[in-house]
Amino acid sequence: MAWLLAILETLLFVGAAPLLAGWIKRVKCRLQNRKAPSVFQPYRDLLKLYRKQPIAPHPASWIFRAAPYIVFASTVLAAAIVPLVAVDLPTSRIADIIVLVGFFALGRTFQVLAGMDIGTAFGGMGSSREMTISSLAEPAMLMAVFTLTMSAHTTNLSQAMNYVLDTGLVLRPSFVFALGGLILVAIAETGRIPVDNPATHLELTMIHEAMILEYSGRWLALIEWASQIKLMLYGVLIANIFFPWGIAQDFSLTTLGYGMAMIALKLAVLALVLALSEALFAKMRIFRVQEYLGFAYLLSVLGMLSHIILETAR
Amino acid sequence: MAIAELTLYQQAILLLAGLIALTSFLMLGQSRLVRLVSIFALQGCLLAAATALAATVLDYPHLYVSAALSFLLKGAVIPILLQRLIHRMGLHRVMDTIDHPARVMMAGSALVVFSYYVSLPVVRHSTLVTLNAIAVSLAVVLLGMLLMITRRQAVAHVVGFMSIENGLFFAAVVATYGMPMVVELGVAFDVLVAAVVFGVFFFQIRSSIDSLNVDQLSKLSEADQ
Repeated sequence: MAWLLAILETLLFVGAAPLLAGWIKRVKCRLQNRKAPSVFQPYRDLLKLYRKQPIAPHPASWIFRAAPYIVFASTVLAAAIVPLVAVDLPTSRIADIIVLVGFFALGRTFQVLAGMDIGTAFGGMGSSREMTISSLAEPAMLMAVFTLTMSAHTTNLSQAMNYVLDTGLVLRPSFVFALGGLILVAIAETGRIPVDNPATHLELTMIHEAMILEYSGRWLALIEWASQIKLMLYGVLIANIFFPWGIAQDFSLTTLGYGMAMIALKLAVLALVLALSEALFAKMRIFRVQEYLGFAYLLSVLGMLSHIILETAR
Repeated sequence: MAIAELTLYQQAILLLAGLIALTSFLMLGQSRLVRLVSIFALQGCLLAAATALAATVLDYPHLYVSAALSFLLKGAVIPILLQRLIHRMGLHRVMDTIDHPARVMMAGSALVVFSYYVSLPVVRHSTLVTLNAIAVSLAVVLLGMLLMITRRQAVAHVVGFMSIENGLFFAAVVATYGMPMVVELGVAFDVLVAAVVFGVFFFQIRSSIDSLNVDQLSKLSEADQ
């Protein structure tokens, strides 16, 4: 029963990710006074891409062909770990937050390898930029995560959420800093403004798009879908770790329904904030990104320090 | 005492302490003078809020007066005075470059750890709940000094000096329920007078070396001729 629920939850996660992307696009269009496409447009795009024949360039090796599947599979596995509607599912019990970071790293590694595999200039440039950004973002994310685990005394996500739920509303300085750091990292890792612009194909500024420039057909569909799931993953992480209220703690139908409604509401609000910040800020120069991620790291370190200085009993 | 056992007000004081430390770090990394002064004003407002909360928690009405005073002086009057000076001297577009921003930030974090280590014995012998914040206030003092060391613009030095005073004031609030009213009034007006005197000094420095960059103070004027 619990396993069935875990599989259903993962399917829901994977299925709802394009919807979130569509919602963000819609809000952003409204903010920029444009006519918005339907929120289901990402599904149509994915379907259209899936029906098309994928074409591999001549110098491509097996890495290029395997990468979309590995990227997609690792992202889906990551989605299985993160509690969406209910805590205490068997999938979240077998893996903790460090495994989650590992899945992200696995997917990213293959995407970067695939970008360099075909030997075009853009692929290599995008790959090197992606690696630069992720090497700076990963310590900040781990530091933010460790701040959380020091408060909750566990690296397991659903136990940490249970801990936050049990202690009730506590104003922790460390959580405020970790939240700030994690939001900055999430923006950098999912390639949103101000680090990368997901809506452009302008050669000099793109990072994610440069790596997947040679993909087409269902391979492109898988990669696009994976990046939408990744965006939702970060959204769910932020929403459920720092504001877990409403998540189902048992498996009765009413609590599950309530949990689903609450997470939808939280994600909608987060998407609103993201779209608003994207409408307000301009993209940074690539050489400013290290300052931005340095600030994220500083926030995470301050979170850990304030946990030790201000929150522990002695 | 662990944070979950405190009341929400006490937690809020600790949260504000964390945010005050954050503003110190933001000042350390900010190279534009106008924004530097704005962050300083923000720090003053946070300080006033923390003081007012402490007054509520500890039931010390005279702390409300200090809160109002620090809001008026550090949150409004001195920042406005400094902003005006910056605009009058035409410094609002000047970038005060920081040589090694990453290294400065790391030094700042090290200072926080150091002040935690130093204040540990003090905190251990007390039962006061807000005393955990004393390490933060010491860190704010040291970060203000670091700000003064790493900058070349005289205005940034003044902001660093004022933020040292913020740290001392915060230490007084969290450790001993604030200083006696006479001392507090005296310090507040000292700071105000200092801001005015610094303003006069800026004009003096500029008229003698044609710049507010204190690096040029080490040059002999005869050497140019």
